[in-house]
Amino acid sequence: MILALLKKLIRGVAVFLIVTFVTFSLMYGNGPGIARAVLGLHATQADVQQEVIRLGLNQPLLVQYAQWLGGVVTGNLGHSFFTGQAVTNALSIRLPVTLSVVLITLVLTVIISVLLGVAAAVYGGWVDRVVQFIAVLGSAIPSYVIAIVLIFGFALSLRWLPATGYISPSQSVGGWIASITLPVIALLIGSVAGAASQFRSAVADVLERDYVRTLRARGIAERSIIFLHVLRNSAGPGLIVLSLQTIYLIGGAVVIELVFALPGMGELTNTSAQQGDVPLVMGAVLAIIVIVLVVNFLADLAGAALNPKARKA
Amino acid sequence: MTASAPLPTTIEVSSSDAPRRRSTMRRLLRIPTAVLCIAFLLFIVFFGLSAPWLAPVGPNVADVNAINAQPFGAHILGTDQNGRDILSRLMWGTQETLLACVIILVVSVVIGVTSGLIAGYYRGKFESVSDFFSDVIIAMPGVVLLIALYTLTGPNIPIAMAVFGVIVSPSFFRLVRGIVVGVRGELYVDAAKVVGLSDLRIVSRHVLWAVRGPVIISCAFILAAGIGIEAGIDFLGLGNPTQPSWGTVLQQSFNNIYNNPVSVVWPALLISLTVLALVLLGNVLTDVLAASTRIKAPSRSRLRSIRARYSDTEPTGGEAPLPPGQDVRLAIRGLRIAYPNASGVTEVVHGVDLDVRKGEIHGLVGESGSGKSQIAFSTLGILPREAVILGGHVVLDGEDLLADDAAMRAARGRRIAYVPQEPMSNLDPSFTIGSQLMRGLRSVKRMPRHEAKAHLLALLTRVGIADAERVFRSYPHEISGGMAQRVLICGAVAADPDVIIADEPTTALDVTVQAEALELLRGLRDERGLAMILVTHNLGVVADICDTVSVMKDGRIVEHQDVDTLFQNPREEYTQQLLASSRSVEIEEAA
Repeated sequence: MILALLKKLIRGVAVFLIVTFVTFSLMYGNGPGIARAVLGLHATQADVQQEVIRLGLNQPLLVQYAQWLGGVVTGNLGHSFFTGQAVTNALSIRLPVTLSVVLITLVLTVIISVLLGVAAAVYGGWVDRVVQFIAVLGSAIPSYVIAIVLIFGFALSLRWLPATGYISPSQSVGGWIASITLPVIALLIGSVAGAASQFRSAVADVLERDYVRTLRARGIAERSIIFLHVLRNSAGPGLIVLSLQTIYLIGGAVVIELVFALPGMGELTNTSAQQGDVPLVMGAVLAIIVIVLVVNFLADLAGAALNPKARKA
Repeated sequence: MTASAPLPTTIEVSSSDAPRRRSTMRRLLRIPTAVLCIAFLLFIVFFGLSAPWLAPVGPNVADVNAINAQPFGAHILGTDQNGRDILSRLMWGTQETLLACVIILVVSVVIGVTSGLIAGYYRGKFESVSDFFSDVIIAMPGVVLLIALYTLTGPNIPIAMAVFGVIVSPSFFRLVRGIVVGVRGELYVDAAKVVGLSDLRIVSRHVLWAVRGPVIISCAFILAAGIGIEAGIDFLGLGNPTQPSWGTVLQQSFNNIYNNPVSVVWPALLISLTVLALVLLGNVLTDVLAASTRIKAPSRSRLRSIRARYSDTEPTGGEAPLPPGQDVRLAIRGLRIAYPNASGVTEVVHGVDLDVRKGEIHGLVGESGSGKSQIAFSTLGILPREAVILGGHVVLDGEDLLADDAAMRAARGRRIAYVPQEPMSNLDPSFTIGSQLMRGLRSVKRMPRHEAKAHLLALLTRVGIADAERVFRSYPHEISGGMAQRVLICGAVAADPDVIIADEPTTALDVTVQAEALELLRGLRDERGLAMILVTHNLGVVADICDTVSVMKDGRIVEHQDVDTLFQNPREEYTQQLLASSRSVEIEEAA
């Protein structure tokens, strides 16, 4: 099992290197272009030349990448070309915003989609049809459209919750909850829609297994069959669903943040990409890749822990 | 315009298969949802393509006298904060959506299907390498990369969509590879190889044909995602601001939400409905093309109507009076079991009567599909959910279990127990053997943990497991099949039942282990005076262990005899055939 996890770890590192290198070469491939973006359209050719050298963009790409990679290890990701702010500093401000939205949505997704999935698979009939209808509708409507609808309803018409903005929990816990409620709901609908229908198939699959019939024949109550045996055995596929859902959630959060004017990773990536502030873009890509890889690795770890075959091997 | 590619109208087909395809199309057109979705998507294509002729004005024409005009006036959908006609902008913007669809489809299908075909057909190195890359791509946060891409390309939706096509190509790759790996082993592909067709011919004629359905289905879902992403990127302000698109219009309306809230509705509706149409169409296509034969469990109301319609419409020979002998433990009378199908029901058991006495082992023999297992399941109330009991009684010591759910629950596991066929698949792989047995025993008998454990350990030893403590702690994958069957027999007799239903208990075992398992069942019967129904297709097992035999054919019991009479003097022709064929098998095996 340790060997299998080690393999996954190596694979994860390989994915990390490939994705960051490809992104890095795309971002830093055009040194003069970056310099011109920093200096503005009126800069002279000589100014641009000088700026390229000042920013170290004249070095070979591999050297620049190696330096950047070294910075990843030592925790120095460079500074914004525009504001001079340290990238790590920017990330440490932005990440908590995105993570609080994503993690809360993830936890709620697990709870709701497990309940819906189990209900749909176990009861069948109209419960199943309702869940599948919600799944189709929820997965079809883009999260930013849902966000706009929510702002319309809860912020503009009912005035229950703030439409935009973010309040840090260190300032006011109530304000924090109010400020992320709508973003979380906007993300949650699509996320639950995707996860619930997949979880439903996982549960339905386990329900068809022979051992479930045998457990029933032994006189074990249906409730403990479903909540002990069926849930336990559908946890493996469920974890895969969940790790894919995380990637989806991060993508969704990035867009949602703009609707709700949350100062998170999405806003950071978007603004710096539009400005051409490559160190910040690179930092954002790095942070998100790392989150995705960590989540996937944790899912693998949990999957191995749940599977007695893998655990004892 | 291939933007309508999820519609099956644009698939190229060889003429030989035209009739089948036409029937698929016809089936699709009989489904109202599909017709509605196709019509809407065709309308969207028309909506975009007709912009140059039918749009009221150009995309960026501003009417300074009509800023933030409300809809249904001079401007049908109103105007934005610059006085631009929203309907016109959406029509022109549809062109970008259509272009995005084409790019996404071409890129993802070309990359995904080609690599999937090669990887699936040739396997080897190419497969592992492309598999790795598909894993890498799937692990990437696509939206973030598309935003980062802006740094490099500026506002360039076609390039962003091409990149998105690459990002989604693994879903085609995995799909196609999986199917091709399956098709590759099919006989007709082997036949084509033997005939000497080139790989290219085989792939294009046979393999490509096998993947078309699933690929079309995926196209619908990928386009749905693609349109959402395309509009999303524009909505983020990463599109070309001088060109209208659904996302740009949505963004501008959203920024203007306090002045003209209604204007947000149109682009939001357009995006959502188009994506919804694609998702719904994908679902319908899945149903039609994948032709899922899986029977869905009927709803409660359907069950009621099935029972009302089919119960006792066909009088069966059953309902014989209970025999006078008072040692009958389990009596089945007039049992009818059916499964719903598209037009009604298929009855698989047509009124079966059967008695098992205390201490009797009653063999239930017949070919597979004759309804033996259905009878076994119904006595325990563990029929599959889609099964319907149309009539009959299962009487345990005078109590009708089919009429009373509570009585069935009380009897199950406690008074009637079940020994399944396939030992390994009947143990929950995630729990230790001890915990499964304990949970079963303690849910039918109130007893303290340590007592239950001692009881089970003693019983495991009784069923011939030498190292009971170790097996108790083991997971199912750590023990052999024969051992697992002993565990299952132990689980069945743990609560000291009166009746055991054994469904082919030896079929999955090695011959030597078979004999031991039968010996064990016989020993337990002798010790405890168990009544046993032994479902089997193996007449050797019947001769070895059974006292009486019922022979089943097509859901009916055709002959019922004590075992010696049956073997020496079978009444029915069918029984004679069964005996003859089983003897010839024995002779072959001996030879």
